[in-house]
Amino acid sequence: MNEMDRMRWSCRRGLLELDLVLQRFLSEEYPLLDSKQKETFGRLLGIPDNDLLDLAMGRADTTDEAFGEIVQLMRK
Amino acid sequence: MSYPVRKFDAVIVGAGGAGLRAALQLSEAGCKVAVLSKVFPTRSHTVAAQGGVGAALANMGDDSWHWHMYDTVKGSDWLGDQDAIEFMCREAPKSVIELEHFGMPFDRNENGSVYQRPFGGHMQNFGAGPPSQRSCCAADRTGHAMLHTLYQRNVRSNTHFFVEWMALDLIRDESGQAVGVTAMEMETGDVVIFHSKAVLFATGGAGRVYASSTNAFINTGDGLGIVSRAGIPLEDMEFWQFHPTGVSGAGVLITEGVRGEGGYLLNKDGERFMERYAPNAKDLASRDVVARAMATEIKDGRGCGDESDHVLLKLDHLGEELIESKLPGIREIAKKFANVDPAKDPIPVVPTCHYMMGGIPTNYRGEVVSPAGDNKEAIVPGLFAAGECACASVHGANRLGTNSLTDLLVFGKSSGNSTVKFLKENASHKDLPRDAGELTRERLDRLNSQTNGESVAEVSAALRQTMQKNCGVFRFPELLENGVAEIKDVEQRVMRTEISDKSKVFNTARIEALELDNLIEVAMASLVSAEARTESRGAHDRADYAERDDQNWLKHSLWFKEGNRLDYKPVHMDPLTAETIEPKVRTY
Repeated sequence: MNEMDRMRWSCRRGLLELDLVLQRFLSEEYPLLDSKQKETFGRLLGIPDNDLLDLAMGRADTTDEAFGEIVQLMRK
Repeated sequence: MSYPVRKFDAVIVGAGGAGLRAALQLSEAGCKVAVLSKVFPTRSHTVAAQGGVGAALANMGDDSWHWHMYDTVKGSDWLGDQDAIEFMCREAPKSVIELEHFGMPFDRNENGSVYQRPFGGHMQNFGAGPPSQRSCCAADRTGHAMLHTLYQRNVRSNTHFFVEWMALDLIRDESGQAVGVTAMEMETGDVVIFHSKAVLFATGGAGRVYASSTNAFINTGDGLGIVSRAGIPLEDMEFWQFHPTGVSGAGVLITEGVRGEGGYLLNKDGERFMERYAPNAKDLASRDVVARAMATEIKDGRGCGDESDHVLLKLDHLGEELIESKLPGIREIAKKFANVDPAKDPIPVVPTCHYMMGGIPTNYRGEVVSPAGDNKEAIVPGLFAAGECACASVHGANRLGTNSLTDLLVFGKSSGNSTVKFLKENASHKDLPRDAGELTRERLDRLNSQTNGESVAEVSAALRQTMQKNCGVFRFPELLENGVAEIKDVEQRVMRTEISDKSKVFNTARIEALELDNLIEVAMASLVSAEARTESRGAHDRADYAERDDQNWLKHSLWFKEGNRLDYKPVHMDPLTAETIEPKVRTY
């Protein structure tokens, strides 16, 4: 199974803003992640849309250190 | 070799607010229902709804469903069916209370009742005013809360969810009855026939037909494409709601508050062009005046950028401090989605598509209706639709704010009830036709074997540009004519799309090609319907026919894929119990 393809579909969301943020992340940041970071990103995608967008836009923060690193990359 | 078959009482396509609400009626009635969804249900586009649910609960002062009905009919510019509008407005308070009992975390008043906020276009006393506080909300996350509440309730009722499945085609038997759908499991690429006694579409909007749209990427009008390929028309597809200022190329909205605080629009010559269109109000003119002016500047070649396809929203003169204090969030949105810092540079903006008023024709019971012989509204047995993909028609030529959630709650439930009733009267499955699944097989075989074909991304972009340029917020005859010709070219290209990756597993390229098959039907229906309607009504605003023309156009458009032809049917002017609201000039 092509993990990138699965991930690409997991990045289809209910909010346009999130589609755009995740599309950029997937093409620019995701390929550079190590396997542990990729797994963390996969878990991050389990967060509900509005909460995830708040994280990506810097309107909220996460206490999870592993998430924090990925969130910083999403905010770039 | 035919596709494997799975049997359910009913199949619901789409798991946003309308699909989940309908599914609940079926599951709670003990029906075996399959809900197919491209994405996890709580990631449906309903999650983007912030405003609230319009319902005349009268928790904040006097209110009545009659007043809500009046506002909705007026908002629709008299194109809405008054029986359906009465039904929606009368049922809305019950639907909200019901949702509250399901556990929806509505904002509350001190006395514990549901808090309601004011919203544009909602008035007391049949439009006379004062404004009515009618919108029930859960902070700015009403859609989000609604999805979670309805999803949990469905889990409790044992609804069968098929997540990351894409419905492909409707199966009708020789009599025209809906007997199932074909659908693809994305993870495996396998196609299955869902054989059912009833099919209900709740696939949401199709805003992705425009280059600038607030809609999420999943909003590709799948239900509309599917039914149009199955011989059912699409209703009132010329009516699309726009917001004047979305970030060009992205679609993310820039609040109108920016102009309220002193921001203004510039064309490519650096001219503050609103001074010409509205010398007094300038950039604070009403939404339609601003949108019309922007569209005219772009059409006349005074747009900005390489493609001259947007204008600029300037706010750097307001100063960093005011931007931060009065317009929180705008700076980060502009930086993130327009790649500009508005404290230094203007934001590229363009009128942006937001909501589709048209859709699959239904009555107020959520039954799909289609012309047959002399009957313009013959019920298609076993077929139902609700929510944005359906046209009941409650929004007519323009939707009133908060009525999208009202629509999906009320008609999600009523279509669910109609389906339950149908299942009681039709206890056994009708046989699948011998060619069940053939259309899907032909489409997939064509896509897999195409050589020297067209790129899906390029054809999709051409489709969106054609719609954006020719069928936008303000419509010019030469552009509409041009748009119809262009979209026919695009259609030819859609029939020749090619994907380089033929693998079966999570092949997003294939999914996007199949989505494009649906987008083209929506785009064609919209352009052909818009070009033909020689009047201005609600969101259909023509430069060459500035007035509403009730004499000739107080009627619904029906576009048929076969023959690319139009038909029309009368608007229902008779409510169920209330008195007809007679057409008059619509001013706010």
